[in-house]
Amino acid sequence: MLRFIVRRVAFSVLIVLGASAFVFGLSRAAGDPRLLYLTEYVTPEIWDQWGKAMGLDKPLVAQYFIWLSKAVRGDFGTSLRDQVNALTVIARRVPATAQLAAGAFTFALAVGIPLGVLSAVKRGSILDYIGRTFALLGQAMPAFWLGIMLVLLFAVQLDWLPSARRGGISHFILPSITLGWPTASGILRLVRSAMLEILDSEYIKFARAKGVSNALIVWKHALRNAIIAPLTFAGMMLAAFLTGAVVTETVFAWPGLGRLAVLSVFSNDFPVVTGIVMLFTVLYVIMNLFVDVAYAYIDPRIRYQ
Amino acid sequence: MTEEAVASSGVRTSMGRLVIRVFRFFRRWPVIPVLIVMMLVVAAVFAPWLAPHDPIAGDLAKRNIVPMWYAKGSSEYILGTDPQGRDIISRVIYGARISLLISAIVLGLGGILGTTLGLVSGYSGGMIDEVLMRFVDFTLGVPFILVALVVAVVFGNSLPIIIILLIVFSWNAFARQARAEALRIKTLDYVAQARVAGASQFRIMYKHLFPGVMDPIVVVATWRVGMLILTEATLSFLGVGVPEPTATWGSMVAGGRDYIAAAWWVCFFPGVAILLTVLAFNFLGDWLRDRLDPRLRQL
Repeated sequence: MLRFIVRRVAFSVLIVLGASAFVFGLSRAAGDPRLLYLTEYVTPEIWDQWGKAMGLDKPLVAQYFIWLSKAVRGDFGTSLRDQVNALTVIARRVPATAQLAAGAFTFALAVGIPLGVLSAVKRGSILDYIGRTFALLGQAMPAFWLGIMLVLLFAVQLDWLPSARRGGISHFILPSITLGWPTASGILRLVRSAMLEILDSEYIKFARAKGVSNALIVWKHALRNAIIAPLTFAGMMLAAFLTGAVVTETVFAWPGLGRLAVLSVFSNDFPVVTGIVMLFTVLYVIMNLFVDVAYAYIDPRIRYQ
Repeated sequence: MTEEAVASSGVRTSMGRLVIRVFRFFRRWPVIPVLIVMMLVVAAVFAPWLAPHDPIAGDLAKRNIVPMWYAKGSSEYILGTDPQGRDIISRVIYGARISLLISAIVLGLGGILGTTLGLVSGYSGGMIDEVLMRFVDFTLGVPFILVALVVAVVFGNSLPIIIILLIVFSWNAFARQARAEALRIKTLDYVAQARVAGASQFRIMYKHLFPGVMDPIVVVATWRVGMLILTEATLSFLGVGVPEPTATWGSMVAGGRDYIAAAWWVCFFPGVAILLTVLAFNFLGDWLRDRLDPRLRQL
């Protein structure tokens, strides 16, 4: 097990390094970094002076390692838009995205699990059809369109909920649904198929024979096992929230990391862009690592592959 | 009286039987998804003949016209017009063209690339397998939308860039599937016999492994269409898709976003087009899986 973890951690570091080289290459491919700070009308002396100060006279590989050693210490440079350390800019946006992800996760669990259970227990009933339609829609609707349609219905037409920006609880409802629906669909499908299998198993039949009430069988005995399937996907779901945040935050003008990423990319704010991409990559990698190790812990066969 | 009752009940049961047969037919065959896909293909191929108006040139005097079923609408603009005075249905039809074109190219190239690498990886094993699979993990371990955003802004968003990005995003599913199948098939007796008979590695992969991986690959490809169309639309929505003024479903939604209170139809219809397309391909994928390879059900 230890060997497995060591190998996975080493590989994770490799992924982060690869991503960092890629991002660094991209930021250099975008043009001379001096152009972000200076115009082409400065004197050649100032131009060269900046080049020296930024280390541009060294070979590209050396530049990469200088950049990397700074990046490891959290220094991605100064944000062009805000004139402060890029990491500070990023850190300010983390709470908004974390809260939104929490809201979406709550929605996904609160809808996905009960609906999944009910659609398995009442298989073929109207509830089952509602559940399956919910799941199908969640995996086929483009998130940006869903968000806009929710705004159209609940903010513009009915005027029940705010359409954008952060605020009280009511501001969370529409963005959380937009971000959480696809995940809720995934949970619903997993819970439904796991429940169908489990409800057919020997220990459930035994519990029934013993005279345990139906509600207790479904919601305690069966659900306890059915819930393992979606839990193993929790890491992937959180990763999906990070990507989904880019779209959802754009639709709802939500002041989080996704919105910051879009704004920074379009304003060529490379210190912030590289910082966010690296942060997302590291989070992705950690989640995948966590899922892999959890899998290997549950299923010993994986360790020896 | 009784004869009448018997006769009418007979009619009722035969009617009922017909209904049941139609229902069963619809359950057995993916009629609606196939119809949707056929409509899309027809729309994409014959767009210039089907679209009633030019998808790009707008008439500002005719901006935000309501769909035809409103009192103020006209049958000239069936689904209304957008804020630039362009006909929505014409743009949706042309949007099908770009979505299907991208999906076809990406699936073709990505599918061939992924399947080939997966086959080689699974069959040869060892170092090649390790390196290739770690590379697949790498491409899966990077936040795609963000990277796509940066790449598209750095290199400028154009059709080739979008296609390359989407290939990078989609080949790995084929590689994983093909590898898993190759690992399974290469231990079968007939492959061992082919090897004993002196077949070359290339011949074994092409003649003996490839046909075996075909079915699951077709299923994966069908599922991928939906994801590709969603991803392409998302990139277009974020402003890094196929550049304006080409009509794409994603950019149509983005363009109508600021006008939803005044003109909901501008956003609504292109989104419905995306939804129906993705639903149709997901249904087809599920159906193909059940038909071709029930083992994939666990996915």
